[in-house]
Amino acid sequence: MTKILNVRNLGKSYISGSKRLTVLDDITFDVEAGASFSIVGPSGSGKTTLLGLCAGLDKSDTGSVSLCGTVLDSLNEDERALLRNKNIGFVFQDFQLLPTLTALENVSVPLELQGNKDAAQIAKELLQKVGLGERTHHYPSQLSGGEQQRVALARAFSNKPALLFADEPTGNLDEETGEKVIQLLFDLNKEAGTTLVIVTHDLDLAKRTQHILHLKGGKILTNETTTAS
Amino acid sequence: MTGHPIVSKAGFGWILKMAWRDGKASGKRLLLFMASIILGIAAVVSIQSFSQNLKENIASQSKTLMGADYRIDSNQLPTEKVQKIIDSLGPRGREVSFASMAAFPKNGATKLVQIRGIEGGFPLYGEFETIPPTAAVDYKTKNGVLVDATLMLQYKLNLGDSVKVGALTFPIIGSVISAPGSNAISTTVAPPIILPYRFIANTGLLQTGSRYKYNYYFKAAPKFDIAALDKAIDPILDAENADFDSHMSVSQRLGKRYENFAKFLNLVAFIALLLGCVGIASSVHIYIKEKLRGIAILKCLGATRRQTFLIYLIQIAGLGLLGGIIGTLLGVGLQQAFPLILQEFLPFMVEITTAVQPMVIGLLLGLFMSVLFALLPLLSTWYVSPLEVLRVQENSPKEIKRAAIFVLLGIIVFIYFFAFWLLKNSSYAIAFVVGILLTFSILAGVASLFMWLIKKYFPSSWGFTARMSLLNLYRPNNQTMVLILAIGVGSFLISTLYFTKDILLAKATLEANAENPNMILLDVQTNQRDEVTKIISPKGLPIIDNIPIITMRMHSIKGVSVNDMRLDTTLTMNKWILNHEFRVTYRDTMIASEKLASGKFKNDFQHNGAIPISLSDNIARDASVVIGDTLVFNVQGVLMQTTVASIRVVDWGRMQLNFSVVFPEGVLEDAPQFHIISTTAPDEKTSAELQRELVTKFPNVSVIDLRQVITLVQGILDKISWIINFMAFFSILTGIIVLVGSVRTSKYQRIRESVLLRTLGAKSNQILKITALEYLYLGIMGSGIGILLSLISAQLLAWLVFDSPFIPSWVPFGILLPGITIMVLLIGLGNSRSILNSPPLEVLRQEG
Repeated sequence: MTKILNVRNLGKSYISGSKRLTVLDDITFDVEAGASFSIVGPSGSGKTTLLGLCAGLDKSDTGSVSLCGTVLDSLNEDERALLRNKNIGFVFQDFQLLPTLTALENVSVPLELQGNKDAAQIAKELLQKVGLGERTHHYPSQLSGGEQQRVALARAFSNKPALLFADEPTGNLDEETGEKVIQLLFDLNKEAGTTLVIVTHDLDLAKRTQHILHLKGGKILTNETTTAS
Repeated sequence: MTGHPIVSKAGFGWILKMAWRDGKASGKRLLLFMASIILGIAAVVSIQSFSQNLKENIASQSKTLMGADYRIDSNQLPTEKVQKIIDSLGPRGREVSFASMAAFPKNGATKLVQIRGIEGGFPLYGEFETIPPTAAVDYKTKNGVLVDATLMLQYKLNLGDSVKVGALTFPIIGSVISAPGSNAISTTVAPPIILPYRFIANTGLLQTGSRYKYNYYFKAAPKFDIAALDKAIDPILDAENADFDSHMSVSQRLGKRYENFAKFLNLVAFIALLLGCVGIASSVHIYIKEKLRGIAILKCLGATRRQTFLIYLIQIAGLGLLGGIIGTLLGVGLQQAFPLILQEFLPFMVEITTAVQPMVIGLLLGLFMSVLFALLPLLSTWYVSPLEVLRVQENSPKEIKRAAIFVLLGIIVFIYFFAFWLLKNSSYAIAFVVGILLTFSILAGVASLFMWLIKKYFPSSWGFTARMSLLNLYRPNNQTMVLILAIGVGSFLISTLYFTKDILLAKATLEANAENPNMILLDVQTNQRDEVTKIISPKGLPIIDNIPIITMRMHSIKGVSVNDMRLDTTLTMNKWILNHEFRVTYRDTMIASEKLASGKFKNDFQHNGAIPISLSDNIARDASVVIGDTLVFNVQGVLMQTTVASIRVVDWGRMQLNFSVVFPEGVLEDAPQFHIISTTAPDEKTSAELQRELVTKFPNVSVIDLRQVITLVQGILDKISWIINFMAFFSILTGIIVLVGSVRTSKYQRIRESVLLRTLGAKSNQILKITALEYLYLGIMGSGIGILLSLISAQLLAWLVFDSPFIPSWVPFGILLPGITIMVLLIGLGNSRSILNSPPLEVLRQEG
């Protein structure tokens, strides 16, 4: 199978006060196209940093990331942004909807950035699919947490991404709502055939993906394949 | 990399759409940014429009203002040469004018007036506006006079009443509302009385020492080149102590006078605009700070730096343009009020039309200044990382600091060029920029120092509310700096204007106090001197000065005759010296308004060699002479050789009789002379009685009542300061809007803190106290520093410009400081009302 994400010898450190803090050290793994993949580990293990680097939101100190055949290190910020717009979808723990845009406008943005003239129509259909067909013109502040995350899901799938990154997608939701959102995420993912990379500390959620990468102290502890299909 | 396209497919249309979407949701807050600049633009546009209208009006009415196409004037009867020129050009009208006393037998009052004896068809353009209208012509044939309408009102005179001018008494046959050749200010000091020229000689007022002026008025053929005539005959006239004025040159001079005042008002308006821009910068800073997360999300979704930057730039530019449009419309409306405000300073009614240039300037200013001042906070949209979505980035990149320096330089350069455009003088523009930078820096420095001091010496023992209110002053994203700037600059402007007016008035009144004279008798002839003294002394009034004055002209300077010097085209010295009629006195000491600059003030003359005289420094400079140089004066036909023995620095600003040339005693005693006598009258009644008696017995003697002059000066200053205050009001109002804007913007930040405090159990009363105390500190600090700065600048003005003692008035401290503080307090509290009156959760949900 084609490798959609190649991570080689990735390292990242920050200066904290007078000390250098190594967050990621020599991380190497691949993600196959169409697979579901989770990154787990305790707080401070470097999960979110790894996601940021894989998605081209940040630059690594050492090693390289290749996304959909493109080596990210050689791209400038705008080139990485365009790559994200074409190939990547995001779901965040705290939803990250644009507060001044309605649900419909939020979902339309990635499509509009692609110059898609049917952006509003596609966004409307996606919102219907996530059960928010009646709330298209509501602003994020007028929606509940679960509803906001469903808008975020619709937005993440709107540009038909090859790869979807989800950072603690149920972290801000109660168990019941979280479960509904996860089910929706997997359903949409299956339907679109998207590669899914989830960052979570929830092992039950991780077990529903085909691969689990365990991180601890910025290093890979294990990289296992599950029985999930 | 592979073949991924690196050009975004979302075009400018999408950017506009996003700017609109985002702006729509932030409407109220954005409107406040816009409001910050509206008044500044309105002020600039109104003054610009009015100045342009004034300029056009002056140009179009120049002939009416002069009453002729051109005129030849002289301060003496025209010499033979001048008379020949006048005759050859064929004058259509002649006038002699001078200041004199007029007496009104009806009520026994007297008043210093401007007598205008007119002959021929003057005014050749326009007309005397009189009541009744026929009087403008009738006075020539009916042997009566026209009297200034205001003067008639003041002295309760009616048509048909008598007025005594010198030895003659005339009936008043009309009141003058306006007359070509008179301006509003001069008529306030000495209102005009117009009479036929043929009576002037019989009034007996044209005597030695009288300051009179002859004007000959001409009409030119339609295509006649007046400028060429000016060029051809002006040098000849100059040499004969006469002058040529065309209607264009007079209107230019008039225009220039108002232009200077307009420049000053423009600067005041510009300061209001700058203040508004500081408000924009501050509000946009907070606004963009809150948008950074959204911008990071957009970048995360694939928007480029250029796209995200443009979304917010377009928002600000759109608002700036809208602010420009509203401000311009307001300014155009406002200028309609200017003719009413400035009426008393203008010699005619200004017709207001809508000028295009100021409107374009208003629109461009709105657009350009809001963008320029918003650029600094907007820069962060360019540099915000998409990683912000996952975690807060603490450090701003180095590039942003470099870009910020360029933006700041851009702002300074813009202020300089705009000031230069307004003032047309690079030194003044630099001084203005430095002044602005200094004021803003001091205010900003004090605000920083204040925050640092609170932090360093935090009063931990204070109660909860007092501590929390102090904490608010230096918490992250505090508005302390901006509020202190806005309040400080407004207070500084208003109180500086107030203090300056105080200095000017104090300077005028001080001279009239104590032993200083308050009545000055001009043109007292030598044979009248003793009799005049005999009238004054029995009333118990002191003769403070009895100054002899001899008129003379320069004959030669350093051995070169003035005639030769006039022909010398290479001469660099100031040529007015060559034609001037000097009014010279003699005395043995220097007076209080003089300081010796060089040489020795000689108090007598031993009748050997040249006469040692003393010159004022400006005469020495203009005549290019130093100590020991020789000057020969023509004293009414007698040549007197003198040598410069001393040079004095004279304070011409003092209401005192000052002289540029002073002779020693023992030289001019027998020369034809007249006298100036001064005394001090304890009250208006004594002054009026003395004036009446003097005018009755000596019609040629003019009396200047300094008390009246000071009242007039006060009146004029009051009017000017009213106009300046009117303009400064824009700064204050802008300051208030910036204040409201800043408070509203910070409301969104502090609302969470207040709600959190309420959730934790803080009572409304406590939150109210915290807010009240915070705004109280800000109000006192801002207005206090502003007033203190103005105190320093007023002291400097008094010291360096006016050379006058300065006793600060209590008004800025007693009224301005508490007034502004209370206003700040009320705005702050009014803003927090919604937090106090609603349940915490509701507030949080509303504010989103």
